[in-house]
Parts: sequence; C-alpha cells; structure tokens
Amino acid sequence: MRFVDEFRDPKLAKTLIERLHKRAAQLPYTAEKPMQIMEVCGGHTHAIFKFGLDKLLPPQLEFIHGPGCPVCVLPMGRIDACCEIAAHPDVIFCTFGDALRVPGKQGSLLNARERGADVRVVYSPLDALKLARENPQRQVVFFALGFETTLPVTAVTLQQARREGLTNFSVFCQHISLIPTLRSLLQQDDVRIDAFLAPGHVSMVIGTAPYHFINTQFGKPLVVSGFEPLDMLQSVLMLVEQVCEASCKTENQYRRIVPEEGNVLAQNAIREVFQLSGSSEWRGLGLIEASGISLTETYSAFDAERRFRPQTQSVADDPRSRCGDVLTGRCKPHECPLFGTGCTPHNAFGALMVSSEGACAAWYQYRYLENEPAQEQQEMKQKVAG
Amino acid sequence: MCIGIPGQIVALHEKQPDHAWAEVCGLRREVNIALVCEGISEREQLIGGWVLIHVGFALSRLDEHEAQETLAALHVMEEVEADVALFLGAGEAR
Repeated sequence: MRFVDEFRDPKLAKTLIERLHKRAAQLPYTAEKPMQIMEVCGGHTHAIFKFGLDKLLPPQLEFIHGPGCPVCVLPMGRIDACCEIAAHPDVIFCTFGDALRVPGKQGSLLNARERGADVRVVYSPLDALKLARENPQRQVVFFALGFETTLPVTAVTLQQARREGLTNFSVFCQHISLIPTLRSLLQQDDVRIDAFLAPGHVSMVIGTAPYHFINTQFGKPLVVSGFEPLDMLQSVLMLVEQVCEASCKTENQYRRIVPEEGNVLAQNAIREVFQLSGSSEWRGLGLIEASGISLTETYSAFDAERRFRPQTQSVADDPRSRCGDVLTGRCKPHECPLFGTGCTPHNAFGALMVSSEGACAAWYQYRYLENEPAQEQQEMKQKVAG
Repeated sequence: MCIGIPGQIVALHEKQPDHAWAEVCGLRREVNIALVCEGISEREQLIGGWVLIHVGFALSRLDEHEAQETLAALHVMEEVEADVALFLGAGEAR
C-alpha cells in the first residue's frame, strides 16, 4: 500500500538500527538502567510488538507502554452503564468492535447482547446516524470513546444529527483528553519516564504546541511519531540524538500527516460540541483531573446519560490484576499473576487484554507464544539481519 | 480506532456535499471530508490527493512532499552509513 510499504523498507530499518546502536553507546544510560521511552499510544504499542521493534533496540533503550489505548482505560462502571442503556427494549446500542468484549462488573456488551439487548458493531459513528434515520421508532445510542483522534469525528456526527433534527439519536460520551493524562503521569512520584513518543494521530488533531510543557516543566524530550517501523525507529533516534546533544524539545517526525498547528477545523468542531468536565475515572489509573469530556449545553439533548439516566456505578478494579502497574510502566504484562491464565484475549479479565492495542493483548499475541512468532516479526528480523 | 488508513480521493459524492469517494487498497469507500477542507476554495481540489481516514472520516491531507522528504532523509542516512562502513572497512584492510 502506498505511504505504508515505503515506511517498512528493511534496508532503511537496518541503517536506522545501526545508527541507533552507535548513538546509544554515547548515552548516559546502561543496559541495567536503560533510557525509558514511553510510547503513549496503543497503536504504537501494537506496532512495537507486531514488528518486534523492542528487540531491535540497543540495550540502553527500553519502551514503556503508556495509557493511550482508550479501550484499555475504560472503567468497569462505565461498561455497566452502557449495558444498562442497551437493555432498554427500544434502544439500538452501537459500538466500535474494540469495546464489545471489555468486561464490566455485570459482563460485557457482548454478554448484554446474549441476554437480548440490540447491540451492534459499527465501523463509523455515521453508520449509527444512518441507523437512527432508518429506525425512527427506535432510540439509537452511539458509544463515543477515544482521545482527540475520535473526538472531532463524534463532534461532526452530532453537528449533522442536530442539523437534521434527529431526536432518536444520542451518544454515551466516554471521550477523554490526552494532555491531562500525560501531566498526571509525570506528576506521579515513582514513574520513571525519560522521553516520550507522542501519538501521531492525536497530534494530527491538536498539533504540537500542547506538548511543550513536557519539555519546559518536566524536562523530557518528545517526538511526535508515525506508526510504521521506520517512523518509530527514526523517532527513537531523534530522542536519542536530543539526549546526546543535551537538548529537550518537541520534534515532529510525522510531518506528512501532522501539521504543527494540527487540524483547525477539527479543533473548532470539538470546541462547539464538547467541553472539559472535571475529573474522569481511568481504569488502572484512578481519577485524573480535568481529563473528562462532556457535551456542551447546545448539544446536551444528545447526551444518552441524560436521556436514560443509568445508575452511576463506581467499581473498584480487582486487586489481583496489575493493569495499573502495566499502564504506568511499573511492570511488564507477563509479570501480572493473571497473565495468560486468568486473563487471555479470549477470556479477558482486564481491559489491556481486550483491545489489540492493549499492551497485554499485544504481548500475548506476539510474545507469549515465542516459539511461533508472528509472520511480520519474523520477516522483519530476517530482512534486517540479511 | 487510532490507526488511520491512507486513501486517495477519486471523486466527490454526487448527493452529499460533505462526502467523497476514496480508493483504499483498490476498494472505493465513502468518506466524510468536512474536516480536510481548510485552505482550499473548491472541494474538487481534493481529487487525486491522499488523505488519512479514521472511522469513515478523512482527518488529514497527506503531505506527499513531506513523505518524500522523510524517506529521502533516511536514504541519505543509508548512503552516509555505507560510506562510513566502506571507509572503515578499507582502513582495516590496510
């Protein structure tokens, strides 16, 4: 595929890895105390495991898998509220496939469907809008989740619904904001992150300026990165070069997609439809101040929680699982006592195991069955070696 | 949901002004283009250009020049590395 295959060129990857090994030797880090680079986005986590990028890094560098998978930080109580709404007989409940199997206390949306609820998987919120037009006698609810990448998409969908005067369409809003999350992570005492790979597609919307505080207030270098192996290796090299040169700034490796100012039309749509609404609960991380997002007054009629008033549920995470520790880089997925036994992609206990972008699911898929490494990983390794 | 797919806009939608047809891996898909019209006077200007598509929406116009620049920089790095390797190799042979 154009603009994908070129960024997987193994010859160039090999060059980058050689350069990385040379430069990393000059770092003030060692194999015992490596430079910890947090890739914030679940898409990056998936790419690291899919292509085995972490195994190609010099020993002075280590990836820490961050909280940037919206499905993985979904609190159980929110899933329970979704299931409660979905159980209304006149409701068609629409969700992205990723969220279908996330377990709540009362089971997942898939379980709700087995109990008779009309839960449908959609590819786009526009599909949900179409269902609302076609089923005027039913209430169509769209489960809106994700960071700033999907926020403008929900915003434009709601603008459209308002223009059309649709009264049987609403959204269950579980959108969250990235920047407060990064701030909260950096304010924790025992989390050691030396540098960040910032999510390319959130950045495509918000631009690069919102990251500057990470350089100025916390002294960490950051590179906005694309998702292909060359993108990520180049971004890691840019971070290493920054540390070698004792500089600390926000750089943009993904310029083909991310303009410095972001997507202004998307920012305007977000501003019209959404507002920050205080703290929000994150699975594994607890409450994060100013990270919650709700609909503005103009759009409050489209708020599914106002319409259906599900019970507010707060469900504590099971103490046996270490989802929060994995999310903050305190432990690796396989170090959790439930990994691969009580918690597998087919029967997930924690949300990190549900989404393919979750660190645990990626580890399970690409690392757990080490004797059968994924095809892409093997190919990459062979090509780079050859 | 965070991963976008590059697609090439091939036609505007006949009925929906905010929609266009994009070719993705040889298939034609309907995409919403409302968020990639900044800085262009006519929507026809999008035709032939590449966009990044997320859940049915084009969210960024792919800058082909920047894509080439990124790859070119990597190719230069490759050549330099090769030269250095050659130079060091020649040194060893002596």
